[in-house]
Amino acid sequence: MNEKTKFMLKQIAFYTFVFTVVAWIVVPLIVATLYAFSSKLDYYDPSKIIPFHYTKQWVNTLLFVLGALDAIKNSIIVAVLTIIISFALGIPAGYAIAKFIFPAKDTIKLSIIALRMFPIPVMAIPLVVLYIRLNLIDTLLGVALAHTAMALPFVVLITSSIFAGVSTELEEAAMVFGLTRLGAFLKITLPLALPGLAAAAMFTFVMSWNEVFVASVLTLQRRTLPAQILSIMAGATGGAAPDYYKFAAAFIMMLPAMLFIFFARKYLITMWGITLK
Amino acid sequence: MKVKVSHLPYLLILPAFAYLMFFVGYPLIQALYLAFTENGAFSLATVSRTISDPRFWDALKYTIGLAAVIVPTQVVLALILALVMNRAFRGKDLALYALIIPLTISDVAAGLIWYAMLSPSGFLNKLFLNIGLIDNPVYFFGYQFRHMEFLAIVLAELWRATAIVFVIILAGLQMISPEYLEVAEVFGADYWTKLRKIVIPLLKPSIQSALIIRTLFAMQVFGIVWILAGRDIPILAGEGFYQLTEIKDYGVASIYALTIAALSIVLGAMYIKFMRAEYLEVKE
Repeated sequence: MNEKTKFMLKQIAFYTFVFTVVAWIVVPLIVATLYAFSSKLDYYDPSKIIPFHYTKQWVNTLLFVLGALDAIKNSIIVAVLTIIISFALGIPAGYAIAKFIFPAKDTIKLSIIALRMFPIPVMAIPLVVLYIRLNLIDTLLGVALAHTAMALPFVVLITSSIFAGVSTELEEAAMVFGLTRLGAFLKITLPLALPGLAAAAMFTFVMSWNEVFVASVLTLQRRTLPAQILSIMAGATGGAAPDYYKFAAAFIMMLPAMLFIFFARKYLITMWGITLK
Repeated sequence: MKVKVSHLPYLLILPAFAYLMFFVGYPLIQALYLAFTENGAFSLATVSRTISDPRFWDALKYTIGLAAVIVPTQVVLALILALVMNRAFRGKDLALYALIIPLTISDVAAGLIWYAMLSPSGFLNKLFLNIGLIDNPVYFFGYQFRHMEFLAIVLAELWRATAIVFVIILAGLQMISPEYLEVAEVFGADYWTKLRKIVIPLLKPSIQSALIIRTLFAMQVFGIVWILAGRDIPILAGEGFYQLTEIKDYGVASIYALTIAALSIVLGAMYIKFMRAEYLEVKE
């Protein structure tokens, strides 16, 4: 075998591997989407691997009869509240870590990371007791406060690396020309950091959108989408809803997340390089 | 009043820190209180109620078992993927885009998606029936098939969460200075030698952090198991959820949560021991 055929074979093997991996990721997404719109007969017909007849019935029932639309609204409200609260608290902390040198900085940073490792069930179960007392049980604000605790360490770390990327000289120059530190931050650093912050906000959105344990435990009526889907799809014994509703649910849940990836993919590697789930 | 500059960073961090301390500190104390008191006095009644239930030990066994199967497989798979994706080839951007899609897909959605693949009328069963590989559908779901349910959870978790390990390792790979590899090349090292002597040792911090992050999250696995197996495969978070929402036994639920916390602390201690904080940051 000469060098050229060897190279060709290697190339073919390489592309086959890449193709297989991509197919392993993408085929389930396509299947779930097709099945979400499949007619009942096509789905249960063993000879039809891919359905031919399509219907919007399952997605519609899920949205309008089984409460997924309200749950989507709840999810959006919780996610937006989470972004607002976690950024209000996280941006100052991230800025301090990026731009100041002070004693115990590394310890503080490490403890913030360590707090992120705190398991969600330990947070959620006792919160039920507190929330009943504070009348926060079954409220969207209550869920958002818990999601903030989950998202905040991430926001602190990511904003600190974004702010560290904005050159300090620009800010110092602005201060020489008479702006206060706050003014320099608002006029110089913040606008330059904005694209990164937007990506971090989108990511926070997805984190809250996907979270199910806290949302399921803290709400009963006003559920977010994953919590609502979980309670429709699986009772304690599992598998309560007919199959095609499950696929419709999968389709509704994965759509916004995939849109996010499309818009934020430029930042993903840097962002996920440091985050935890 | 003018704030002294040296206090400024602490003042900026304080709100976030206080918030986190509250949401970790208060629940922890409350959980200990729920777990170890009865009628306001110290009591081990809840603990003995929990540990006399075989489901508790099953949950512990399955939680650790799932992590032991899933996490190492994910790391090996992600390492291979990262090495493949770290070179230039046609269609790389598209392949990379596909590989990171699962990053944003929730465990609940991933469970439902894999149900579409594996259910008796699902895609894979129909495909294999039609090409003649199997004569009857393979059953993955239901209590009598719990070994298959375990497999389904493993498949779905590999599909969903390998992406994050892949991204961490890929980020680590990109930090390795090409000069090391060039020098090795000059000295005549082949691909395997370079991989063994340079790439893997330099990747160790990334691999370790990916390993431990995934292990910690595996301790709290919930949605994917609840969707695919319900309580057929008991897991700590799921049993805690069940005790809280169905039985309304807050004490027992707290013990499940505290067990997850204890496992996490043990793993976290490993994490502090084996890694330094700087590895969690992306270097430019």
